[in-house]
Amino acid sequence: MALLQVDRMTHYFGGLQAVGSYSLRINPGEIHGLIGPNGAGKTTVFNLITGIHTPTEGGVFLEGRRLIGLRPHQIAALGLGRTFQNMLLWRHMTVLEHVKVAHYAQINYGLLSALLGSHRRYADEAFIEKNSLHLLDIFDVAHYADQLVANLPYGAQRRVEMARAMAIRPKILLLDEPTAGMTTEEMIQMIGIVRKIHEQFKVAILLIEHRLKFVMELCRFVQALVFGKVIAEGTPEEIRSNPKVIEAYLGSEDVS
Amino acid sequence: MEFFLQNVINALQWGSFYALIALGYSMVYSILMLFNFTHGDIFMTGAYIGFGVATALLILTASLALPGWLLLIVTIIISMILTSFLGIIVERVGYRPLRDAPRASAAITGLMIGIILETGNLAVLGAQRLSFPALIETVTYDLGGVYFTNKKILIVGVSLLMMLMLHAFIRKSRWGMAMRAMSYDYQVVPLMGVSLNIIAPMTFAIGSALAAAAGILYGMAYPVLDPYMGILLGWKSFVAAILGGRGSILGAALAGFMLGFIEIFTAMIFPSTFRDLIAYSIILLILTFRPYGFFGQPYSTQLRL
Repeated sequence: MALLQVDRMTHYFGGLQAVGSYSLRINPGEIHGLIGPNGAGKTTVFNLITGIHTPTEGGVFLEGRRLIGLRPHQIAALGLGRTFQNMLLWRHMTVLEHVKVAHYAQINYGLLSALLGSHRRYADEAFIEKNSLHLLDIFDVAHYADQLVANLPYGAQRRVEMARAMAIRPKILLLDEPTAGMTTEEMIQMIGIVRKIHEQFKVAILLIEHRLKFVMELCRFVQALVFGKVIAEGTPEEIRSNPKVIEAYLGSEDVS
Repeated sequence: MEFFLQNVINALQWGSFYALIALGYSMVYSILMLFNFTHGDIFMTGAYIGFGVATALLILTASLALPGWLLLIVTIIISMILTSFLGIIVERVGYRPLRDAPRASAAITGLMIGIILETGNLAVLGAQRLSFPALIETVTYDLGGVYFTNKKILIVGVSLLMMLMLHAFIRKSRWGMAMRAMSYDYQVVPLMGVSLNIIAPMTFAIGSALAAAAGILYGMAYPVLDPYMGILLGWKSFVAAILGGRGSILGAALAGFMLGFIEIFTAMIFPSTFRDLIAYSIILLILTFRPYGFFGQPYSTQLRL
């Protein structure tokens, strides 16, 4: 059984078809790439899978369980984590608080035991503190733990965001343009980070990227999306040499 | 000098009411981008619930002759819990269906629920004013010519205690952290496994509980309840929430007290009929120069400590 399975998912915004008959299968531990020009519908695919929008047609399944109809926080708690193109960090909160909030679904104590200071609360909070610092350490931002996230350099903010996404213990992680706005050097660093979390957490990854180098390095399987439809899929090499993909990225040959 | 100190105590007392109510406006606004215009009437309903609870307690425990302060504490706690349910109902019935509607629709809904609470109260309890039972004896202290009552100390003390508790809750608890995160963008936080439909009602519940506490404390100081008591106090506290800076907890509390000071000291200098006219002209002037309030920032409405 595939870890994440998307069957002929279609979505309309008003009369506009944003995603048309999109299908996907990711097995545990795989890294897949989704490429395409701006406005191709890549982020919409993520929003449909994570429950922000509900697809007009089609099905989404995580470990065989139907996700459509579930609310975003329920889907997240089932093990689907994501990052955002523009990060969406909480600027005036500390780095540690970011990761702690993402532990929310794993906490068992209630309001009453919080007020009474029960044993369970202390045990849970101690675990969360420890686990959060551990995660921050993996992403090499532990020394920023008590800083406001707004004060961090850009690359570090990206890593905080990934630590936050990993704190919900995802089985699959959706990365939306993790190298947006990065220099080539930072991008190469990011390749290392994605590899590291892939190996360390055995998490499957679906990533949206513009930069072909990033995709080629990391993915075994790539889909190219144009105007909401998959125009090509296969290994990175196949995608790179596919005439349709070249046309979508560079314009048609007739023009030149 | 004695006269001055006397007025400081009065200002602190009024500031406590404004601050407690303003906190509810500010918290709800930062999370749902919505001014809960029912809030003043939730304060009024909280005062009435306090009246009901206090009266019931007095009757039920008449034979035990419990001390007044104990009854007061129990009244405050029970009334806060009951009023928080009112807040949850208002969110569920009035605002949740309109979460993605234009904010003006939600504001109008808030005003309408407020009118329903006022007129519902009028219909059920009638037009006569009720007098809040005096749970504790008024004791007047004389400190070198400055007179103050135990009730004023109690009002300011209980308000400050509640603000400190709220501060700790928002700063440290998992729900408080989730509220702060939610106040950036309520679409994102659910993707971290936090349900908006837990956090939003909880925010209303906390705001309403604080308003109920303010209602009971108000009833202790001015023991006459009427269904429209929440309107003016609600609007003034709303002004405090804006003056403090949208989303700022510290700002709402400080601006609440500041409003108390401006009002009382205006009344000290000018005839009392001029009080609100001059006090709110001053505030208008302040907002002209600081349109985002003391702790507010342009384009930033997040919940801050």
